[in-house]
Amino acid sequence: MSSQETKPVAQSELVKDLPKFEKSIADKIEKKFGSKTKIEFVKENRVRIKVSKEDVLDVAKFLHDEMHYDHAEAVTGVDYPEEKEIEVVYHLGSYTDPELANQVLTLATRAPREDNPNPGSDSTKLPSLRDIFYSVEFHERECFEMLGVYFDGHPDNRRLLLPEDWADLPPMRKDFKLKGR
Amino acid sequence: MEKVDERIMTLNVGPQHPGSGHMRIIVKIDGDYIVSAEPDPGYVHRGEEKMAEYRNYIQNIPHLERPVIHDSCNVLYPYCLGVEELLGIEVPERAKYLRVIASELNRCVYTQYWLAIYGIFLGHSTMFMWPAGDRELYIDMLEKMTGARVTHSYFIPGGIRNDVPANFEDMLLKRVNYFEKRIKEYGAIFYDNPILISRTRDAGKLSREDAIRLGTTGSTLRASGVDYDLRVKEPYDAYGELDIKVNTLKEGDAYARSKIPWLDMLESCNIIRQALQKMPKSGSVRVKLKPNPKGGNDEVYKRVESGRGSLGCYIVSKSQPEPYRVKMSVGSFRNLICMPYLLKGEKLGNMPAVYWSLNYWPVEADR
Repeated sequence: MSSQETKPVAQSELVKDLPKFEKSIADKIEKKFGSKTKIEFVKENRVRIKVSKEDVLDVAKFLHDEMHYDHAEAVTGVDYPEEKEIEVVYHLGSYTDPELANQVLTLATRAPREDNPNPGSDSTKLPSLRDIFYSVEFHERECFEMLGVYFDGHPDNRRLLLPEDWADLPPMRKDFKLKGR
Repeated sequence: MEKVDERIMTLNVGPQHPGSGHMRIIVKIDGDYIVSAEPDPGYVHRGEEKMAEYRNYIQNIPHLERPVIHDSCNVLYPYCLGVEELLGIEVPERAKYLRVIASELNRCVYTQYWLAIYGIFLGHSTMFMWPAGDRELYIDMLEKMTGARVTHSYFIPGGIRNDVPANFEDMLLKRVNYFEKRIKEYGAIFYDNPILISRTRDAGKLSREDAIRLGTTGSTLRASGVDYDLRVKEPYDAYGELDIKVNTLKEGDAYARSKIPWLDMLESCNIIRQALQKMPKSGSVRVKLKPNPKGGNDEVYKRVESGRGSLGCYIVSKSQPEPYRVKMSVGSFRNLICMPYLLKGEKLGNMPAVYWSLNYWPVEADR
C-alpha cells in the first residue's frame, strides 16, 4: 500500500492554463452578455457561470438556442443563510451536439432568502426555466419543496416527494436540523 | 376510486400495489384506455442528501449507496470520483480496473433483478426464475471481491477497500463466459417470444426529439436512437482504455427499451474480459487518506453511467470535514418525467409493460 499523502489543495488552483475548448465556451457567453454573467471557473469539461435572477431567462435562452445545450441533468438548491440567499444551480448538458457531449455547464443564480419562510408567498422566487428546458419540470418541483424557492411560470408548482401534510421548514435549508446529530 | 364524470374514472395504482413499485401513479381511465397518468413518488424518500451534510466524507460511503443497493458500486462511483477531485487524489492503476470490473458486475446484477421483475409483470415466470438465479453467479463474485453480497461499500475515495483474493481472475473469467452463454439464451425464450413482441412493440413510443427534450437518460434514451453513453463520451477511470460498443435502437418503444439493458449485459461481459486482460497484475489498490480529510472551497460535479443511465453527484465543499451540500442526480428521477407521456393513450393492461420498461427504480428516484 502506498503511503502517498493527500494534498488538501483544490485542483483548480494548480492548473495554470485553462482548457481551450471550455475557455471558448466561456468566451462566447462573456462576449454575448458581458458583465451580466460572471464566469466562476473553467475546468476540464466543466464551466460555471453565475447570473442574476433578472438575466437568467435570457442567458438560458441563449444557451439553449445558440449554444445547443438541450437538457438539464440536475437542479440543485444550496442554502446560504449567512448571505441571506439561496442558490439554485442548473447542470446543463447536450445530446445533440457531439462536441458538447462531455461538457456540463453549471448555471447558478440566487434568490433572496427569508428567515421565516412561507414557501410560495414570500420573496424567495425565481423565474422558471421550464419553458426553455422542459426537463427541469420535476427538478424544480423538488427544489420548491426542499428549499422553498418558488418558480414563477412553472405550470405545476406542487409538492413531489414530501408528504402533503408537511408543516415544518423546507428540509434542505440549513436551519432545519436533523434530530440527534 | 373516484368518478370524475360519466366516463372518466380516477384510479390509484400504488403505493402498495406490486405493479407500481414503491410509488403511486394516479391514472385516469376512459374504459380500458389511460387518459392521463401522474406519478406521485416520495414514499421511500430517506433524505440521503440531508444526511450527507452531517457526516464526513468517509462516513457518507455506506449510506449513499442505499438508494439502489443492487447497483451499489455504481451509485457510489460519482461520489468517490468527486471527493477524489476535491482532495486531489490520484487512484492507483490497479484500483481503476478493479473499479471497472466491480461496477460492470454490479450493472449486470442490477439489470438481472430488473429483468426478473419485468418478466414476472408480463406474466413470463421463466424470465423471473432465470435472471434471479443467474444473478447469483455475479453476486458470488462480488462477495469474493468485497465481502458483502449486496451492499458492498467497496469504493472509497482513493481507490477500493480491498484487493481481490488470489486466483480471482481465473474464477471470474470462467463465470463471465458461463454468464454470457446463459444471457444469450434469454434471447430465444424472451426477446424473440412472439407474445412479448406483440405486447411491447409500439407500446409507449418515445421519439428521438422527445427523449432529448425531456432529458431522459440511459436505456430510455438509447432505445430512442440517441448514441450517448458516459463510459464512451466522458470516460472515467479505466473506461478510456477499453473498447466499448454503445447499444442503440431506433424504435423507442417498450420492446426496444427492454432490450437495451440485455444488450448492455452482453457488452459488460466484453468489458470485464478486456479489463481483466489489461489490468496490472499487482500493485496498491488505494491511497492512504489523512484522517477526516477536508476539501477546499470548491465544488465538483461528477457523473458515471449506471444501470439506469447517467448518475451525477454534485458536491459543494466549504473547507470542512463534512460536505456543505451533496446532490445526487439520478437516472430514475430524470426518466420519471416521460411517464405521463408514455402512458397516455395506452391500455391499462399495458401499464406494467411500459412503466417497467423505463428501467425505473422508485427508491433511487426518491433518494
